[in-house]
Amino acid sequence: MLSLLGYEFFRNALLAGVLASVACGIIGTFVVIRRMVAISGGISHAAFGGIGLGYYLGIEPLLGALGFTVGAALTMGELEQRAEQNMDTLIGAVWATGMALGILFIYVTPGFAPDLFGYLFGNILLVPQGDLVLMLVLVVIIVITVSILFNDLVAVTFDQEYATVTNLPAERLLLVLLVLIALTVVMLIQVVGIILVIALLTLPAAISRECTARVKTMMIFAVLLGCAFTTAGIFLSAFLNIPSGATIILVSAAAYGGVLVKKRLARRYLNPVATGPDRQ
Amino acid sequence: MTEAPVIEIEDLWFSRNGEVILEGINLRVLPGDVFAILGPNGGGKTTLLKVILGLISPDRGTVRILGGLPRERRHLIGYVPQLHTFDFHYPISVREMVLSGLLGRKTGMIKTFSTADTVLADKALATLGIAHLADRAIRDLSGGEQQRAVIARALVGDPKVLLLDEPTVFVDTPTETQFYDILGNLARTMTIVMVTHDIGVIISHVTKVACLNRRLFTHDSRELTEDMIQGAYKCPVDIIAHGHPHRVLRPHPSEE
Repeated sequence: MLSLLGYEFFRNALLAGVLASVACGIIGTFVVIRRMVAISGGISHAAFGGIGLGYYLGIEPLLGALGFTVGAALTMGELEQRAEQNMDTLIGAVWATGMALGILFIYVTPGFAPDLFGYLFGNILLVPQGDLVLMLVLVVIIVITVSILFNDLVAVTFDQEYATVTNLPAERLLLVLLVLIALTVVMLIQVVGIILVIALLTLPAAISRECTARVKTMMIFAVLLGCAFTTAGIFLSAFLNIPSGATIILVSAAAYGGVLVKKRLARRYLNPVATGPDRQ
Repeated sequence: MTEAPVIEIEDLWFSRNGEVILEGINLRVLPGDVFAILGPNGGGKTTLLKVILGLISPDRGTVRILGGLPRERRHLIGYVPQLHTFDFHYPISVREMVLSGLLGRKTGMIKTFSTADTVLADKALATLGIAHLADRAIRDLSGGEQQRAVIARALVGDPKVLLLDEPTVFVDTPTETQFYDILGNLARTMTIVMVTHDIGVIISHVTKVACLNRRLFTHDSRELTEDMIQGAYKCPVDIIAHGHPHRVLRPHPSEE
């Protein structure tokens, strides 16, 4: 099994998994604690429009996806604040519009879109070198931005109204967070595909949340869990010759299910005091 | 008193979707006041708070906080939002939550908390008697402890006035009693404004009362008169100051 490491494509896949895990551990933590799972789903599906546009214009589809996810994130954030629309409604509109644009662009593009399935469901074993560079750049942007704005982002995701009253630029900070989600989504497309993105974005952070009550610790745990899930998923998929994206998600979901079951059992059979920092 | 008002509202109007929510509000909160604004649900209390905090702009009229515009001066207000608006499952410690009250005054790109900030946070927690909970996660606190932590966050920035939104809603009776004790202590040193639909809040510490239901009825005194209540609630209300029996209605002549 370890002989797989001799192949460059396999080492690239593992590296892509680690890079994606860093991004989704950090940003996924905010997504989970601020309950932005649905908006992340909207952003990721909007990416499909960008991939279609990429094909149509003959440019790198992931760059198209980057433009569309950032655009969708800013549009939803601005509209929620200015047009006083329900986020729920906006998510539905952006989600479907992105997919519809993608379908149209691909339809009007002459010829066949060969990697379409890969963008929808991910194919980490086929990550090209150029995409690795793009992922590295995005991870660096995400890590630096969150390091600089960490306390501000915690304040605004914890209590937006209070942050505004203390004169923090709460609306702008939330837009920054949405853009960071958009960047993370683009990284994850390569790993698990548009449709499965929200699972990898949320599951490691959700498990991590059960283990700690600090944002920073939660991020570190989530990054480590993400690395474990992607690595395990990549090995499993190569070994059993099954799709990598789906395998990574199923590994993550199994771990999450395991944590929930364990929590339930602990609550039922152990002294409730001994179960530690569980919710009351 | 000749002191400048802490909060001054003049002829304030606000409407939403064509419906008038606040109509010609005039309000002066002076230093040292403990001002209770009563009113039924839907009477415009939350809207009035949001206007004071500069979160929404009025259609007409002015709001001054210590002589300045809300957006310029609101950081001098210690704001205590309603308890049930909090996500108490957020992974944050009590001390971190209190420290976040200092974030807005930080300048520079990277905002970090100094040792001096931590000392301030711990002092605020000590004022409320929960210094021993500083490192606990807020989700592990009881309702009363959570309320104290939220007040500590408001106090950490050394505000000139404390603004409380429905402080006794969704808390149990022992917590409510605790809250009155806290309020009594704070009232000695601070200006306090609280907004509530709970008439029982009128306790011995309150120095001024107003009733709000679209219009604001006040006599700039602690006396809650029947015409104020009639105006705000549109019906006679039994006034029972539970927990802290204190008569707020003038003895009616015919009662004697």
